[in-house]
Amino acid sequence: MTTRELIDTDVNRRDFLRLLGGGLLVCLTPASALAQESGRAANRHEPPTDISAWIHIDADGRVKVFTGKVEVGQNIRTSLAQAVAEELRVPFESITMIMGDTDLVPWDMGTFGSRTTPTMSPQLRNMAVAARELLVETAARRWNMDGSKLIASSGKISTPDGKKFITYANLTRGEDLVKSVPGYPPLTPATEWKIAGTPIPKADGRDFVTGKHQFPSDIVRPGMLFGAILRPEAYNAKLETIDTTAAEKIPSVKVVRDGDFTGVVADDAFTAQQAVGTIKAKWTIPDQPSNQNLFEYLKANPEGDSKPEHQSGSVAEAFSSADVKLESRYTIEYIAHTPLEPRAAVAEWNDGKLTVWTGTQRPFGVHEELMQAFQLSPKQVRVIQPDMGSGYGGKHTGEAAMEAARLARAAGKPVKVVWTREEEFTWAYFRPAGFVEIKSAARHDGTLVSWEFHNYNSGPAAIGTPYEVQNQLIQFHPCKSPLRQGSYRGLAATFNHFARESQMDELARALNMDPLAFRLKNITNPRLKAVLQAAADKFGWGLTKLGPGTGQGLACGSDKGGYVATCADVSIDPSSKKVRVHRAVQAWECGAIINPDGLRNQVQGALVQGLGGALFERILFSGGRIENPRLSKYRVPRFSDTPQIDIVLLDRKDLPSAGAGETGIVGIAPAIGNAIFAATGTRLRHMPLTPEDNAIRT
Amino acid sequence: MSKFLLHINGKSVSVEATQDESLLSVLRNRLNLTGTKYGCGEGQCGACTVLMDGAATRSCQIPAAAAADAKITTIEGLEQNGRLTPVQEAFLEEGAYQCGYCTSGMIMSASALLHDNHSPSDEQIVTAMNGNVCRCGTYPRILAAIKRASSQPAGGAR
Repeated sequence: MTTRELIDTDVNRRDFLRLLGGGLLVCLTPASALAQESGRAANRHEPPTDISAWIHIDADGRVKVFTGKVEVGQNIRTSLAQAVAEELRVPFESITMIMGDTDLVPWDMGTFGSRTTPTMSPQLRNMAVAARELLVETAARRWNMDGSKLIASSGKISTPDGKKFITYANLTRGEDLVKSVPGYPPLTPATEWKIAGTPIPKADGRDFVTGKHQFPSDIVRPGMLFGAILRPEAYNAKLETIDTTAAEKIPSVKVVRDGDFTGVVADDAFTAQQAVGTIKAKWTIPDQPSNQNLFEYLKANPEGDSKPEHQSGSVAEAFSSADVKLESRYTIEYIAHTPLEPRAAVAEWNDGKLTVWTGTQRPFGVHEELMQAFQLSPKQVRVIQPDMGSGYGGKHTGEAAMEAARLARAAGKPVKVVWTREEEFTWAYFRPAGFVEIKSAARHDGTLVSWEFHNYNSGPAAIGTPYEVQNQLIQFHPCKSPLRQGSYRGLAATFNHFARESQMDELARALNMDPLAFRLKNITNPRLKAVLQAAADKFGWGLTKLGPGTGQGLACGSDKGGYVATCADVSIDPSSKKVRVHRAVQAWECGAIINPDGLRNQVQGALVQGLGGALFERILFSGGRIENPRLSKYRVPRFSDTPQIDIVLLDRKDLPSAGAGETGIVGIAPAIGNAIFAATGTRLRHMPLTPEDNAIRT
Repeated sequence: MSKFLLHINGKSVSVEATQDESLLSVLRNRLNLTGTKYGCGEGQCGACTVLMDGAATRSCQIPAAAAADAKITTIEGLEQNGRLTPVQEAFLEEGAYQCGYCTSGMIMSASALLHDNHSPSDEQIVTAMNGNVCRCGTYPRILAAIKRASSQPAGGAR
């Protein structure tokens, strides 16, 4: 049975487990201090302590692993299975991950913040070790032997001489094994990993090269209709009049109105889109800001209280008495995630139960949204998240799910809603725009002495500096955003790194110091130092003689347990002033590596995606409308923009594994900006650096 | 509504579709050939690429009725008797994807390129593939996969 067939099976979890046969139930008792804590919290979102909630060994020896995390291209379907296979001592191929199905998996907050590897992976490993220990004990009891002598390997328990063995499947068949395990048993150290730590290819890869994999927008249900939604003409528009008669005259079309919501359903998607286009609606559109005066608008519209994220010494005193001082302002525009698969959902109502297949990073968040909107109990809603066409932080919400559910309820049949690219550009949410003001100062010998950093609206992620500075004032100032804004891969870490690493470059230039030497002088963190040195070595920093119009830049930083350093080599065409990034080197470290191939793919992909925000991506808006809601008007990185890239991975088997889906994006923008300065003497302090035609304007 | 025959993956299929309905819409929504993806609807991302008589074609940009005389190959039509084409194999071997949503279109564009040019240079690959977007940024791997598959049969009907 494939994953697809499994999650399509409409059964509740108990039936589901019965269907699998065999069984293993272990209650893991947390260590006593933790037990007190969990005893206090009657939170329904407490992670379950019985192994059967997470791991099930089928009668045929296959292992099902249940998690609320979802696969969006970051490759956790593979890396989590590796971690479980490692600890359970079963072949990787015997594992099937059941992910993001709210009927089958334990509650989970969602897949964001690079949390899967540092939290879900150890959670599943704990459960796998407990299960393995119980299996060993059970075999020992059966054979009347000392369990410590037995060996668990490849889904079997055997005696040291290998003469006697029993498979996990035979051991668990027909009975539930129940045991409480005190505390968390020790995990296998990374130095001893055999399955984790290896470059296992993407699970179900074949389904992606044959077109068999069903993404959320590919789901088809019997009798399914297609929906389309009437969108307001602009943000904050108020509906004045509406005339749906033309749409209602089209065969098979049904118009659904519910308060402010107007949508249509039809037998086919094309007709649904056409029908919604015939609806005549008049809107009142209030005056709204545009990106012409964006930064003035943000500064004039603070929201809520703000206090320093970090404060030490006195920046005022240190700044006034320093040898070299700088004051700069950096700006960033809104950008769109532009996942290649737009928001999509199929909703189906059966006997009062709503099932929705949708692309979301938060299946349980969408579950909650649907419960509240339709006043249903938790059991009356099931959200299923097929591995989707990416998210990058842009799919935390359940708009399409809600729309499909409304239309399906009114139509009495399953309904599919797939957002158009224009809808995705307009009605999703953006990475926040904002600006950063920095006052920095150093001594002639290159010692940083003062660092004052204010971020307006863009966000507080990675706002601190990893450099040693005695006097610091670092503050995030929330503002009223004229556009709907939200999460994005790396959040504000990208812009905070851009501002900080550009400023560090400016300081190095003002001090007549090499940017690498200046950074190294002010870094004490050995992990940051290691990636910076590794990137510089691989790149050959300072070794190449540069021709006219070419330049090299570097940047480094850290967030969410990952350390990154990026070097870039750019050239600028003397007449067109177009920027070309020729080569980039990125060094990365996030503890023990679970899958080096998947990690390399993430770190490289983040860099390539980061080229867009660095060089040309930006949302243009005025009067409550997005002016470039199409791929022909919103430039994303393509093959021709991609430099030669070298990724250097540092494997720290002595450190816990951190997530790697996000922070690989933060280094490329400042590295390019600094390289452009090296090539031209022009300092660009705005992201994107070269909007429109990728040419430098001064 | 008009009725016509399409020749898809070696089979003739009778289709009833609305005037002006795109080939992409017919493939996905009427024939359940969902391996071909919607990405932008304006021929800018390449996710909807199919082969028409061997040429890489953005199926969102042509009316299905206009494709009635062509041999159409979609991603579902590449595998023959359980055997993948060298391009498909190369994508697997290079791990040339993350979320995989662009993969169908990438493979179809690459198949057309390699049919016409058995050993393209990096520059020729970039030119031929520049209309295909991978938002996960796996371009270097896709390029490596196309080079790996060079000089081997590309697959798909001409």
